[in-house]
Amino acid sequence: MARPGRRRDKLRWSKLYTFSCVRPAVLLDTENPPSLQGPGFSRVVYCNQPRVHRKKPFRYPSNYISTTKYNIITFLPKALFEQFRRVANIYFLLAAILSLTPVAPFSAVSMIAPLCFVVGLSMAKEALEDWRRFVQDMKVNSRKVSIHKGGGKFAYKPWQTIRVGDIVKVEKDQFFPADLLLMSSSYDDGICYVETMNLDGETNLKVKRCLEATLPLDDNTAFQDFSAIIRCEDPNPNLYSFVGNFEYDQQVFALDPSQILLRDSKLRNTSYVFGVAIFTGHDSKVMQNATSSPSKRSRIEKKMDQIIYILFTLLVLISLISSIGFAVKTKYGMPEWWYLQPLRTTNLFDPSQPALSGIFHLVTALILYGYLLPISLYVSIELVKVLQAMFINQDIQMYDEETGKPAQARTSNLNEELGQVDTILSDKTGTLTCNQMDFLKCSIAGVSYGIGSSEVEIAAAKQMASEISGAHERVSSSQNPWENNAFRTSEIELESGITCKIDKVRKSAVKGFIFEDNRLMEGNWSKEASADVILLFFRILALCHTAIPEANEETGSFNYESESPDEGAFLVAAREFGFEFCKRTQSSVFVRERHSSSHPIEREFKVLNILEFNSKRKRMSVIVRDESDQILLLCKGADSIIFDKLSKNGRIYEEETCKHLCEYGEAGLRTLALAYRKLEESEYSAWNTEFLKVKTTIGPERDALLENMADLMERDLILVGATAVEDKLQKGVAQCIDKLAQAGLKIWVLTGDKMETAINIGFACSLLRQGMKQICISTTTADPLAQDAKKVAKENISLQITNASQMIKLEKDPHAAFALIIDGKTLSYALEEDMRYAFLNLAVDCASVICCRVSPKQKAMVTRLVKEGTGKTTLAIGDGANDVGMIQEADIGVGISGVEGMQAVMASDFSIAQFRFLERLLVVHGHWCYKRIAQMICYFFYKNIAFGLTLFYFEAYTGFSGQSVYDDWYMLLFNVILTSLPVISLGVFEQDVSSEVCLQFPALYQQGPKNLFFDWYRILGWMANGIYSSLAIFFLSINIFYNQAFRAGGQTADMAAVGTTMFTCIIWAVNIQIALTMSHFTWIQHLFVWGSVATWYLFLLGYGITSPLYSRNAYKILIEALAPAPIYWVSTFLVTAACNMPYLAHISYQRSVNPLDHHVIQEIKYYGKDVEDRHMWTRERSKARQETKIGFSARVDAKIRQLKGKLQKKYSSMGVLQSA
Amino acid sequence: MDSPSPARRHSKKPKYSKFTQQELPACKPILSPGWVITTFAFIGLIFIPVGLASLFASQKVVEIVDRYDVACVPEHLQDDKLAYIQNSTEDKTCTRKLKVPRLMRSPIFIYYELENFYQNHRRYVKSRSDKQLRGKEGEGDTESCSPEAKTSNGSVIVPCGLIAWSMFNDTYGFSINSKVLDVNKKDIAWNSDKYHKFGSDVYPKNFQSGPLIGLSEQEDLIVWMRTAALPTFRKLYGKIEVDLEPNEEIMVTIHNNYNTYSFGGKKRLVLSTTSWIGGKNDFLGMAYLTFGGLSLLIAATFILIHLIRPRSLGDPSYLSWNKNPVGYSN
Repeated sequence: MARPGRRRDKLRWSKLYTFSCVRPAVLLDTENPPSLQGPGFSRVVYCNQPRVHRKKPFRYPSNYISTTKYNIITFLPKALFEQFRRVANIYFLLAAILSLTPVAPFSAVSMIAPLCFVVGLSMAKEALEDWRRFVQDMKVNSRKVSIHKGGGKFAYKPWQTIRVGDIVKVEKDQFFPADLLLMSSSYDDGICYVETMNLDGETNLKVKRCLEATLPLDDNTAFQDFSAIIRCEDPNPNLYSFVGNFEYDQQVFALDPSQILLRDSKLRNTSYVFGVAIFTGHDSKVMQNATSSPSKRSRIEKKMDQIIYILFTLLVLISLISSIGFAVKTKYGMPEWWYLQPLRTTNLFDPSQPALSGIFHLVTALILYGYLLPISLYVSIELVKVLQAMFINQDIQMYDEETGKPAQARTSNLNEELGQVDTILSDKTGTLTCNQMDFLKCSIAGVSYGIGSSEVEIAAAKQMASEISGAHERVSSSQNPWENNAFRTSEIELESGITCKIDKVRKSAVKGFIFEDNRLMEGNWSKEASADVILLFFRILALCHTAIPEANEETGSFNYESESPDEGAFLVAAREFGFEFCKRTQSSVFVRERHSSSHPIEREFKVLNILEFNSKRKRMSVIVRDESDQILLLCKGADSIIFDKLSKNGRIYEEETCKHLCEYGEAGLRTLALAYRKLEESEYSAWNTEFLKVKTTIGPERDALLENMADLMERDLILVGATAVEDKLQKGVAQCIDKLAQAGLKIWVLTGDKMETAINIGFACSLLRQGMKQICISTTTADPLAQDAKKVAKENISLQITNASQMIKLEKDPHAAFALIIDGKTLSYALEEDMRYAFLNLAVDCASVICCRVSPKQKAMVTRLVKEGTGKTTLAIGDGANDVGMIQEADIGVGISGVEGMQAVMASDFSIAQFRFLERLLVVHGHWCYKRIAQMICYFFYKNIAFGLTLFYFEAYTGFSGQSVYDDWYMLLFNVILTSLPVISLGVFEQDVSSEVCLQFPALYQQGPKNLFFDWYRILGWMANGIYSSLAIFFLSINIFYNQAFRAGGQTADMAAVGTTMFTCIIWAVNIQIALTMSHFTWIQHLFVWGSVATWYLFLLGYGITSPLYSRNAYKILIEALAPAPIYWVSTFLVTAACNMPYLAHISYQRSVNPLDHHVIQEIKYYGKDVEDRHMWTRERSKARQETKIGFSARVDAKIRQLKGKLQKKYSSMGVLQSA
Repeated sequence: MDSPSPARRHSKKPKYSKFTQQELPACKPILSPGWVITTFAFIGLIFIPVGLASLFASQKVVEIVDRYDVACVPEHLQDDKLAYIQNSTEDKTCTRKLKVPRLMRSPIFIYYELENFYQNHRRYVKSRSDKQLRGKEGEGDTESCSPEAKTSNGSVIVPCGLIAWSMFNDTYGFSINSKVLDVNKKDIAWNSDKYHKFGSDVYPKNFQSGPLIGLSEQEDLIVWMRTAALPTFRKLYGKIEVDLEPNEEIMVTIHNNYNTYSFGGKKRLVLSTTSWIGGKNDFLGMAYLTFGGLSLLIAATFILIHLIRPRSLGDPSYLSWNKNPVGYSN
């Protein structure tokens, strides 16, 4: 096997690294292995002997994973059970069963057929969704990986074939297919780099290191005769622990998590590794962590259940009235009704036992009035939601060209919830940012270099430019022209400063480097005043890192594999500046330096020590010896840390650098300060001997000691400058956040990253801005030894929260905005029972909330707190496995599918490829879906009440005998065919305003969170409308067809004629009603609404010509009896108009007196006022967001206010001057 | 390794169509005051003439209603009408005089009207066999007819069921000035019933006494078998095919056989002409006038609203952020 990576295999990183992976592998006493017996430690893995694992007791699950709910056998029972968990369906099932008995008022088929249809359709949908999951699983299961098949030969096989004990070879940038024990890697000392972003969202690479004993197994052939036994813990979900023994070569070694490669993490910067599968498939830690996603139901659906209960109560109530009426009639009336043969009856109509008959009748009535509960409601809603989901999936504007992924509604039952979101909880890395760093600016020796502007600045400038014209008018209309000039000049300054930058298209020829400044490029830096400092700056960039160069054959330059993307950006920058890091050996770093345009010189720097980065130290240093034997400590780190460690004479540039750092921060850039220190030979060697001693100590205090040693070295630094790297936001994130903020959504950022980064990103996406009051809640490092350290800390936090709340309360300026920033440790206290609500109240008052360094669990806890504490809808969005908890906890979970990991997507309800699609998902689809579903449900109840109650009224006229006036078939078709399609078309196609308007007026979104379309007022209004309609339909029809002849031929109307007329009225009334409800008619709505009416007549015609044995009294009813009778048509017209008049009057009144936003906007659009009067349109657009406190529009507004404030001052001083 | 190939990538891209992008051309009608007022005024203006026409048609209909159930019981039996009706030896003939109020043009329809008779009772409605009525071969199909399916000795009843069994059997004879008026009892049932529902080869068996004629000929039975929707109903008895002059006195000879006394029902004889809306019923006209009037009233209200508080369409000052500058509200 050719191994290009072998060249650098000589690196033994373990020697260089100070903090990680230095722990020596402990050789255990063979006689006395740690007790791994007993429960929880039963797993035995025979490495390289997968055969042993074919039989019990070592037969463990294969690596096949399945996330489906059903299989072929369990589908039917399980899916049926799911269906009949719905109360309404149980009710209909009972009704269907009872319809087989004589109690039933209808024929059995008219009860059973719709139920089968409805349940069948729902089950078909379940089956389809499960099939999709199956396909997804198969995709994962059939990924290929190289597996040892014996005799030292490896072959590519699908993941699912891996068994416990298999030797697996994983190559660079591949995912680990199972939990593996690392045997060896392409590095000589058996380390490898692992990216765990999928598991915990951390972006820096983790180092794993194999046991010394297995180091030689670094070749395919080495596994020919390899065998070993692993005894370890049973599968468990704990990602960060592992206990086990490795028995090899008659020796026992202890295993710890640093040798375990977890499934779904990724191999980076390492050509290949060999590993033994320990946990496969569902045993793997990541799968153990996967909780089955909780079934979520939308708010509307929950409320719908309440409506169903109301209707159920109504149903029981009228059934009771009916059965009491029946009992009374049976007892007192029936004996006299000789034509019913009261003496020869069954129990159902026994006048001597009225109570018993009454009870039987109750059952009959419950079935009869079942039409109050819309049987097709669930199935229609499901169908509508599937179609809505299809529209989401098909939306071309949510398709990402780069990753080739469209948006996907993974569960369709939350569509309308998208329209009611109040708070968005977002992950940072991979969600808001691309995790790609670009070197943009730097400050060296107190001079700021780099004229490019960050995306944030560009976006803000664009907004400003478009905004200023509007603002201009606002100002000029109220102030005199003279003063307006002043405003204009200041504004032009402001504008020109930025707009000129916009015009330049940002070059991104070199990935990670968008720096632009001729003073430094092309070797021009040597002409600068402080060239020596600049030289040092570049050297720090080129030397102070842990990356490995990799020659790129195509371009001839180097690619760098670094632990963090910042480092990569620095190296690229150094390369571009003429300091190309080209080679690393065990002890040296080689840099090809090119001063001015001379030939490059390769210089060697001996690396003596690396004090690497960790989140606690927030800095890293290297100690190098240059060619002139000068020992240098080069350090880069967070500015706060570095500034603390500066020597007195190292602070020359502190003030300027500080200022620049502030500017960079405001521009949303990630900053690091660079410093150095010259070391004397003696000083270093003294330190190094001590350091080596500490390094070899074993014990719990080792880390602390090492850190102290590092601290000793990293002091008295001399500041060189600072770097500003753009943590590249994903495309359109800032604009999206701006729009979401305008839509009234609160955005919380929950990130595992450090506070500085989080704040930078906050600035970058305008969640924070200058002038916003930042409330930082943090734990003071109280004396950790104190007994009540926790108590003290909590009291302290509590005090901070109270103070902050007080501050907000006392704030007078309506435009003041607050931002809350809290870190994970503090959060753990704040989330405790006694403090959480105080914390929540504070957080809710703040315009933006940023939580940093939070664990996945805390993310979920915060989500739950927001969800339960505010009682509002939350949406969590994230991309990695660390977001799974939060995604599952939130009312809606959205996964970013652009990245490679699938956990977040698998756990999510919706997946989108980019954060920016969230805007369209919520503001357009959410808004539409909410209104559609809300209107649809209201209408559904309306139509069933309107229909169902007529049955009740009629029954009262039949001596409460349970006779219905309609033919069974009419009733059967009412819900399923005759009125279903229009309401579905309402639910699928209705648009109050077009998608462009939704996006232009994000404020319209607020109709959802405010629940304007599904509040009790509206629901009860619709119900009242239904009751009115039922009364109108019934009493008008009954009185028109009273007892007289209904046509010129003298015939009187029988039950069939009255029933059919009444039914015709219902069909017309409910269809006209839905036409009035709709505001958007495509041909589909027209087809469905008018088609339904036509279908009714066609059905009547068709039904009428079937044999009278089937059609009975409806035989030829239309052509012979009704159609020739003018009264039939005239009464239809009257009843239809009478039913819809109140509704029409109501909506017309509402609209003319108290129009809602979308009404006004519809009108503006309809009359083309937005085209006529563009200023009005833009003015309204900007007014609509005046309440917004975050996002760059708000930022621009704040800036404009500030300018105006200045002007006002100027004006007043001028006024004073003039008067003087 | 599992990164999708370019071809597959491409296939995932949603295809553009106006349908999938929800951009189908649509009409988006606006409920402008103009439309609202026009609609209501239009409804009102249509309804009132229709109402007037209906009312006029209804008024044109001449109707003679005579309740005879009490009057036809001899004085001395008024206290126990039930005994009277059940006593087969009593003479049930009764004579009524009806005065024609206005000119009644032929055809004049004769109805009997029953009140408080639950022909729409579920037990009653179900108790029939369409199969049996339709043809000879369905004679034995009496399952649904209980309790009037078979005689006590087990032979089938044709036509079976409570409806047929309880058929109305009063008869009316008419004469003017001792000249008998012919009552045409043909063509009183729906043709579809006669030709398709009731078989000509089905003869009554074990049924009320009567001539042995096919069911399809027995139009009175066919009419009776069409159950009425309400407990008060009229059914067509026959037609008089001569004009009746005003103030003529019609002598009606009634065979008062049918027992409505046990349940306190009323029997009426009705002679009525028809118009295009059928018989005499002012309700339709009144309802039209009411809703037409209401509609005009609503139209007027909207005109007033429009005059007093006009809102020009698309006036941005009605947007929530303009109405209520601090905080949104609807």
